[in-house]
Amino acid sequence: MSTTAASPSVPDYEMVVGLEVHVQLDTATKIFCRCSTDFGAPPNRNTCPVCLALPGALPVLNEHAVDLAIRAALALGCRVQPTSTFARKNYFYPDLPKGYQISQFDQPLAIGGRLRAGSRSDGSPIDIRITRVHMEEDAGKSIHDRFQGATAVDLNRAGVPLIEIVSEPDLRGADDADAYLRALKQILEYTAVSDVSMEKGSLRVDANISVRRPGEMALGTKTEVKNMNSFSGVTRALAVEFARQCAVLERGGRIEQQTMLWDANTGEVRPARSKEGSHDYRYFPDPDLPPLVVSPDRIERITRELPELPAARRERYRAEYPGLTAYDVEVLTASTGLGDYFEQIARQTEEAKTAANWMMGDVLATLKATNQTIEHFSVRPADLATLLNLVRDSVVSHTAAKQIFGVMSRTGDPPLQVAEREHLLKVTDDSALVAWIDEVFAEHAAEAKRFLDGERRLQGVLVGHVMKKSKGSADPKRVNQLLSTRIGT
Amino acid sequence: MTIGGGLTELSAIELAATVGRGDASPRVAVDASHARAAEAGAWRDGLNILLYEDRRDAHAQADDVAARRDAGRVGSLAGVPVVVKDNIATTTLPTSCGSRILEGYVSPFDATAVRRLRDAGAIIVAKSNMDEFAMGSSTENSAYGPAKNPVAPNRVPGGSSGGSAASVAAGIVRIALGSETGGSVRQPAAFCGVVGVKPTYGRVSRYGLVAFASSLDQIGVFGRTVDDAALGLQTIAGLDPLDSTSADRPVPEYRHAAGGSLTGVVIGRPREYFPDDLDPRIRQRCDAALDELRSLGAEVRDVSLPHTDLAIQVYYVIAPAEASSNLARFDGVRYGLRMEGDGLRGMYEATRSSGFGREVTRRILLGTYVLSAGYYDAYYRKAQQVRVLIARDFERVFNSGVHLLFTPTTPTPAFELGAKSDPYDMYLSDIFTCTANLAGVPAMSLPIGRVDGLPVGGQLIAAHFDERQMFAVAYALERRLGAGAHR
Repeated sequence: MSTTAASPSVPDYEMVVGLEVHVQLDTATKIFCRCSTDFGAPPNRNTCPVCLALPGALPVLNEHAVDLAIRAALALGCRVQPTSTFARKNYFYPDLPKGYQISQFDQPLAIGGRLRAGSRSDGSPIDIRITRVHMEEDAGKSIHDRFQGATAVDLNRAGVPLIEIVSEPDLRGADDADAYLRALKQILEYTAVSDVSMEKGSLRVDANISVRRPGEMALGTKTEVKNMNSFSGVTRALAVEFARQCAVLERGGRIEQQTMLWDANTGEVRPARSKEGSHDYRYFPDPDLPPLVVSPDRIERITRELPELPAARRERYRAEYPGLTAYDVEVLTASTGLGDYFEQIARQTEEAKTAANWMMGDVLATLKATNQTIEHFSVRPADLATLLNLVRDSVVSHTAAKQIFGVMSRTGDPPLQVAEREHLLKVTDDSALVAWIDEVFAEHAAEAKRFLDGERRLQGVLVGHVMKKSKGSADPKRVNQLLSTRIGT
Repeated sequence: MTIGGGLTELSAIELAATVGRGDASPRVAVDASHARAAEAGAWRDGLNILLYEDRRDAHAQADDVAARRDAGRVGSLAGVPVVVKDNIATTTLPTSCGSRILEGYVSPFDATAVRRLRDAGAIIVAKSNMDEFAMGSSTENSAYGPAKNPVAPNRVPGGSSGGSAASVAAGIVRIALGSETGGSVRQPAAFCGVVGVKPTYGRVSRYGLVAFASSLDQIGVFGRTVDDAALGLQTIAGLDPLDSTSADRPVPEYRHAAGGSLTGVVIGRPREYFPDDLDPRIRQRCDAALDELRSLGAEVRDVSLPHTDLAIQVYYVIAPAEASSNLARFDGVRYGLRMEGDGLRGMYEATRSSGFGREVTRRILLGTYVLSAGYYDAYYRKAQQVRVLIARDFERVFNSGVHLLFTPTTPTPAFELGAKSDPYDMYLSDIFTCTANLAGVPAMSLPIGRVDGLPVGGQLIAAHFDERQMFAVAYALERRLGAGAHR
């Protein structure tokens, strides 16, 4: 039996996957108290009677968290329920202070969404139904390796607001999962619902996976795979678990419904310690929190405030900038920041394709090389647009523009200032050009003579010499004109 | 008589006025209360109705009240000593819920009700004994020993707020805080011969009340008289942003000038609360009280609340279910008792087995059972459905022109210590009171006479947030029945 990601494909079976994605909402305070959600504070600094579950403390719902959750639900095409309820999920664990997690169970915030995540290699659309979006609080963190023979508990994260986005089992492979997660992450970024950082744990993924023969309708017995802390971890874990399940069935065995843990170091999945999956959480409605009633007005307001979503923006780019390739559109709409940057340049230069080429080339390369984000990029979009217009108006050459951009990205200075300081403006002043031509004629006397004798094909060579002498700053058009007049005389 | 002893005979409003005028210092009022407690044998070797006091802190509170008074800020309870049940959080005295698992626990925050009392100038002089986590009807289930009824020390003071009721009955304070889940204020009020009010669910913030059954819990007030209780509730009632279930409704004036006439008031007499096997002497006291209400001009009408007989069963599904979850936080990890055991699970088991008493353990197990997969629908969901029917009974009656209901508070007067060894027998003590908790309506008990020298309580039940009407009738009835009903 193979347990590595290297041999994921077993042609006789189809992979069926549903994902549960936990996303930390980008709020300043926790979901049921006013403690800060700051990441990286000293242990147990961000706590209070409510999130420590001191006797007598009560939860009060953070309405901003509700707004963000509704925004996410709407962006995923879900119907927000007029009334949803918070429920208690009861289990004992040291990092769960109340002995229950406040979550939503049979009445989630929103249901019935859909996410289009591009298409598969065979051209079929990856169209994933979203079962539900519900709100819940995060637990704290148990630290087992800090103190000898003891477990430490950090409750800074206890009560941090989360949404759980549950998909239908519509994913048919690890690639689907990857595409779905990327599309989901993009929407959550566009809507500023979350900082979607996997390193900070603000996006966590669990997968339900089963296999079946192609064409079969019934679902096989599923396992739940947890502990995947990167997108590539998800795809690798799914491939490995798929191979494991196929192998079990091939041997004539049965899949046991259980929770599996992904080990990124060994590249293996192994069953979680006993009974992880057989918990009876004794859900019941939390009597401390009234039902969450969401008015039509609130839904309307949040709908109105929704930013343009990735799919709509791609659609618009295709219509507004017909010169762009499909790949251009894909890259430029990867994040709102990138798109906004591009659009400002395109608007100011009226040359979308040129703007796109700069974005795809120098801008992205510089961002990557200097580890900057587009939002905080040292070159302001207005300055880059100005630079492009300088090229268009023959004030600087294309070659000079590249040099100017390099300086701008280091200094943040405006392009014209850089061009002047670095002597990169095109020289159109005839006296300077004539002087350079005279020098070239003197230095390349033989060629000059042949040119003057009528060998016109040497004109290009001579222009090249002048350009070189001027370090690219001479205006080649004017140099040509001046050379032509010399033949005429 | 001790110095300032006369102060304990003043009503809360009179004492506040006396302190406000500068005719008595808050310190003297506090000392008088502590002296009375000692005299009445309120501590462990006596009635065992009080658990904690801190005289130095009480003096500090008193000095603070005096300073505020001198600065011209006289609260409505200036210098009035108050006893608080041990499951309501206070920063200056322990909050142990009558349990070993919270022995010595001191809360870093005051309950909202306590904070409002302090803001009004009241001084928290002691925490009172109670059934562990408010589970009981006799204050015998306390980890700190049973409390005794000051009226008849061989009898229980009722429960679970028995210590607070007894503190008022013993003359230690005029106002005490208790808490209700199924009758834990009204029943001990009846047993001790004092006034006990359970407000509408949501009327008083639960923030700082250690939860037993969150959908039923409500802080209540004891008073020696209706006026003491009304003043107490007036002080603590109203919306609290820290409790999502507290109601955003204006708090009307509960204290009334001596009106008297009840013309136009319709009082319902629900037949389910006067069963054939009701103690005839209790029935007689109730009928006498109803006669007084008639003579004040009220109309008394026979009504029916047909689902009443299901209330105890419903209560003993819902309350333990919520308790099983609410008490999960007492796990030995962050505060309170911790007993070492084999690994994490062993620590949990050792801590909780040794920290919780028998009744609490019984209810946690019961609650865990009724919420379990496969039983939820049959028990918890069904109980919630019946709860709705019980609430509708009240709605229907109050929508039919009836303003208030009058019933006995308890089927019997205070029973002897140790008399109810069968838990189910004990549960039946709440048979007339737990309906109001299930329906969320306000109710109160006030003394209506005695049987064999033991106090008998009459219960008034009102529609949601109609405490004002309830108090109006209580004032009139109290005046009519006279002091004889109290002592």
